[in-house]
Parts: sequence; C-alpha cells; structure tokens
Amino acid sequence: MNQSSNWDPQIAQNAIDELKGQPGALLPILHKIQNILGYIPKDSIPMIAKALQQTSAEIHGVVSFYHHFRTSPPGKHILQICRAEACQARGSRQLEAHVKDSLKVDYHATTADNTFTLEPVYCLGNCTNGPNIRVDDDIIAGVTSEKFDVIKEQKNTFVVELA
Amino acid sequence: MAYDIYIPRDTSALANGADKLALLIEKEANQRNIDIKIIRNGSRGMFWLEPLVEVATDKGRVAYGNITLEQVESLFEQEFYLGEQSHTSCLGLSEDIPYLAKQQRLTFARAGITDPVNLTDYITHDGFKGLKQALQNTSQEIVTAVSDSGLRGRGGAAFPTGIKWQTVLDCPADQKYIVCNADEGDSGSFADRLVMEADPFMLIEGMVIAGLAVGADQGYIYLRSEYPVAHQILNEAIEKAYANNYLGQNIQGSGKSFNLEVRLGAGAYICGEETSLLESLEGKRGLVRAKPPLPAIEGLFGKPTVINNVLSLAAIPYILDKGAAAYADYGMGRSKGTLPFQLAGNLNQGGLVELAFGTSLQQLLDDFAGGTFTGKPMHAIQVGGPLGAYLPKEQWNTPLDYESFSAIKAVLGHGSIVVFDDTVDMLEQARFSMEFCVAESCGKCTPCRIGSVRGVEVIDKIRAGINPEQNTELLEDLCETMIHGSLCAMGGMTPFPVQSAFKYFIENDTAAKETAGAQ
Repeated sequence: MNQSSNWDPQIAQNAIDELKGQPGALLPILHKIQNILGYIPKDSIPMIAKALQQTSAEIHGVVSFYHHFRTSPPGKHILQICRAEACQARGSRQLEAHVKDSLKVDYHATTADNTFTLEPVYCLGNCTNGPNIRVDDDIIAGVTSEKFDVIKEQKNTFVVELA
Repeated sequence: MAYDIYIPRDTSALANGADKLALLIEKEANQRNIDIKIIRNGSRGMFWLEPLVEVATDKGRVAYGNITLEQVESLFEQEFYLGEQSHTSCLGLSEDIPYLAKQQRLTFARAGITDPVNLTDYITHDGFKGLKQALQNTSQEIVTAVSDSGLRGRGGAAFPTGIKWQTVLDCPADQKYIVCNADEGDSGSFADRLVMEADPFMLIEGMVIAGLAVGADQGYIYLRSEYPVAHQILNEAIEKAYANNYLGQNIQGSGKSFNLEVRLGAGAYICGEETSLLESLEGKRGLVRAKPPLPAIEGLFGKPTVINNVLSLAAIPYILDKGAAAYADYGMGRSKGTLPFQLAGNLNQGGLVELAFGTSLQQLLDDFAGGTFTGKPMHAIQVGGPLGAYLPKEQWNTPLDYESFSAIKAVLGHGSIVVFDDTVDMLEQARFSMEFCVAESCGKCTPCRIGSVRGVEVIDKIRAGINPEQNTELLEDLCETMIHGSLCAMGGMTPFPVQSAFKYFIENDTAAKETAGAQ
C-alpha cells in the first residue's frame, strides 16, 4: 500500500535547489514536488526544512494546512466535485451522492482500482453551468449522473488520450 | 483571405468542449478547402451560450451559441464562415445580443473581443493608454486620480483604494510590494477569472501603474489553484509583457522597473482574506493576522504593501486613461463606477453583467437572468458569496450598492448572485454555511474554529427535531458570539447566511407548517 519508499529523493532535491532562493519559497517548492510526484513524500519534509532553515514541524504545519497538498500517492486521476452553493443550486448534492455510490469511496479516498482519488472542491469559478467537476486539469460543466458515468467509463477505458 | 473564426479558450467554454470543437472546425474546413483562421479569444461573459463561436464580417461579428460537435457539419453547409445567419444556433450580431447591449462595460470592454495573449490586439483596443498617462505623472498625481475616481476595493470590503495607495506612498521604505488578490473563492463569482482569462494585460497594466503610484518594483498575483486555465493564460501574458518591455527594467524607456510573478495558492478559502494571503505568500500557514499593523504599513515580508483585488487593479487603466471624473460619473452615492454582477446558480442565462451601481436585484434578474434553469420559481438568493445573506423575495428590490445592502444586514461583496429555486432546503443550506466554516477556518480564533463545529451540531439537532426551540435559541446565541468574537470575516460573517436562512425562510416555513397542521 505505502509507496512512499518508491520515490526518487533527487527529484525533491532538484525542486528545492531550484526554488529555495525565492522569497517565500515554500509553497512554490511544495507545488513543484507535488506536480512531479503527485504528492509530498513525508521523507522530503526534512529535506525542505533543512534548505529553508526551518523545522520539519513548521514544514509539516504548512503542508497540512492547505487542502491541495497530500502526503500519500493519489490514484491515476484526481476527481474533484464542486460542493459550493452555485453548484448545489443545480443539483451537485445528487451528483455527489451518485459519484460516491458509483465509485464506492468517500471524499479524500482512492478507488479500489486506483483510478480516481475523490476530493471536494469549493468552487471552480464556472458557477453558471454547474454542477462542475474537475478531472486533473480539465473542468467539466453540467455534469449529470449520466454524464458522470460516461466520463468514468472513458477514464477507465482509454489509457492514452487521442489528440 | 482567411475567414476569422473566434472560439473562446476560457474555462466555461473549455468546460463545454471548446477545444474539441476548435479541432473539429479546423478539420472540417481543411476537408472542404475553406481557408479559415481560428482565434482563441476570451469569453464575452455570456457563459450560458458557451461555446460561443463568432465569425468576423463587415458588419461586425456574427454569433452562434451553444455549438456542439454535431452541429459543425451543418454550420459549414450553411456557410457560417461567411456570416450567413440561417443556422438555428445563430444569434445575429454579437453586439446586438440584448444581454451584451444592455450592459455598461468599462472593465470588461475588451472581454471576448481580443485574443487574451495577443499584445498587438490589446494595444489596438486602447491597451496601455493608462500606463502611458501614468508614466507622465508623478506618483502623487496617480494616487490622486485613483482617490478622485471614488474606486472602492472590489474584493468585498469596499475600502477606498486611493486611501490604501496614499498610505503606502507615504511610507518610506527600501522595498514595497503590489499584491493582487486573485484568490476568488466565493461561490458564484467568476469576474476575476474572466479578467485574467479574457484580458490579462489589463491586470498587468493596472499593477504596473500601482507600482509607479507607490514606488514598488515587485508584484505578485496570488492565484487560487482551482483556476488552471487562468494560470496558464496569465503566465503566457506575463511572458509577452516582459518580452515587449511592459514589465522588467526600464519600462518603455521610462527608467522605471516592475517585476511580476504569479504565485499559486493551495486550496485554502481563507487565503482570500488579505492578511492570510500575505502569510501564505511568505510560505506559511494562512493564519489571519491581527490588524494593526495594516498591510499598507507592514505587509508582505513586513514591507509596505498595496493589496488589491483583481477587479480593483483592473479598473485602474481606465481611470488613468479616461480620467477620474469619467469613472466617477457611473454609479450612485458613495458607490462609484461599475460593478460586474455575476449571475449564477439555478438560472437560464448565467453570466457576467457589468452595470453601474444602483439597479435593483429584481431588475437585474428580470433583465438578464431568463428565469430559472429548472423552470421552478426563484425562492432564495445568496448575494456576495458563502458569507453573504440569503435574501427572500421581499428584499429583492434592494438597490445593488454597498450602503443599501449593509442597511439590510446583507453584503454585496464581490457581486456574486446565486439563485435557488423553491426546492431548496434552507436548513440544509444553513448547515452547509457552518460546515464550510469548519472546513475553511484558519483556526486562529475560537469562535470561528469551535463555533462552526458547534453550529453544525446544533443545526443537526434542530433537523432531527431535538428540542428545536431551545436549540434555535442556542444557535442564535452562537451566531452572535461568532459575529462579535472573530478576528476576520470568516467567523464574523458565516452567521449571516445562517441567520437569514432562519429569519426569512425556516421560521416562515415552520409557521406555515404549523398553521397547516392546525387546520
């Protein structure tokens, strides 16, 4: 289960070395590491702390404060459902129930086949065309339960996206 | 000569399949040997029509709304690329669409017209005129123009921008900063996103002018990580601005310098609060700071800092170019200029409507919203984001300006308007407001951190029918404690939607049920 030993510390070190000189470097470093590895490995925290002359507790405090950062590897796709009011007004609560039921996971969890990690999100800024979801960097509008099932099927089936 | 076809690249258009549509239109044109040029513009803000495809003609652009992949073939059959208007999706000339024609667009004048990352396009459409003017002015003259315009912070707090700038200008320091708050987390709001995705050079220009005004040479745009498209477009625009000397050293030969960088947030709503945002930019947990000191005196890294919302900074080029009086001519009372209202939620015609202050909510809905998406009657409207009150029908005639809204214990905030139909469960909405505060409180002060958790529990008891009267009283008490005991708006305003839900909806519903039961 725990894949945290499979990552290359050099990747984190490169990100740290590239960005540590910037003012307020911590968030940029964390973003870079998570962009490449998909998460912030717990063992990278002392490395960051050392470079920024902070304690590991301080770095951990920042990582845990922000919803965006995670310390364990996610599934193949990050699936976010907008839970905010404008999407509620267009049926996001029903969608939310359907998705949880369909994927058999709750928020902050990964499906058994490792395809999706389900997360809540509070607004994607497309509040006219809800309910909205985000799959990795793609925002998708007007997601009914039926439309979600199609998206789920596509993500399960196609490993390589056709251009 | 190629026919110019416009297909937006903003989030709403992309979320409705604009990328695939552009590919298919290009492919279809190639197969038919028709020479077209696809321009990926910004959105006009008529999001319910996305993807909105436009074709340039001698008379202006002709618009085709809600285009699907299936319609591409028939569009070509009916020669849409010539501006032929026979296709069922055709809306006529874009400028004549009532939704656009009835607006007063100042800040959003270019939205959807230009390619957001084409600098020449920007300059052709009055871009950098404000900067040109600012470069001929002293710092004090720029600040005075902003003060005289009556511009008030568009992030929600409506603090006069000129006073902020004056304070920073008057602070002697070796380093000052301009920070743009682009952490647009309020549900129902997308005006900042539209600026950044449709007209990013305007924001860049506004920030450079702010730098000239207060003597700052470094700027940061703190952008929420939920906006990947805006992130991409901003970075492209900043790169072009550097390449053409609108950013960097010795801007346009003026001897002045300004550097700008986008910094990404990490999914914390609280970082839209300015002091929490500054903590985050410094690489810390986004804990709210006590004020004073004001950010204008001790802001980012302890230095004097102008921190403004995207819309405030985006209004600056117009003010410098056309003059403070031209801007102040719009609006009413102390609410000067225009505000982009954002119609969202359960509506047919959701989108951005830029108008001078003063129209009533009802008027705005009548003129633009096109009824509810579900076809059921409108019931509750939340204005000003998740910390804004739910307004019942009898309050919809309130004029849309800061003072009129405060008078009814509501907020105009960032101008977002979220409509619910009559199937909404207001007790569930009240619970959600508290639940949202549980998820997003920074944890610094007790009324917000603990109060919100207790709020959810108490509302759950009320929902379960456990001592509803006593628990409603307890909830009211808790709300008052949160309002008066919290450091910032998160804890201090979370009770607004809760209290309004109880006062205007739940108590009425309960009374109605009791009456019905008695009969």
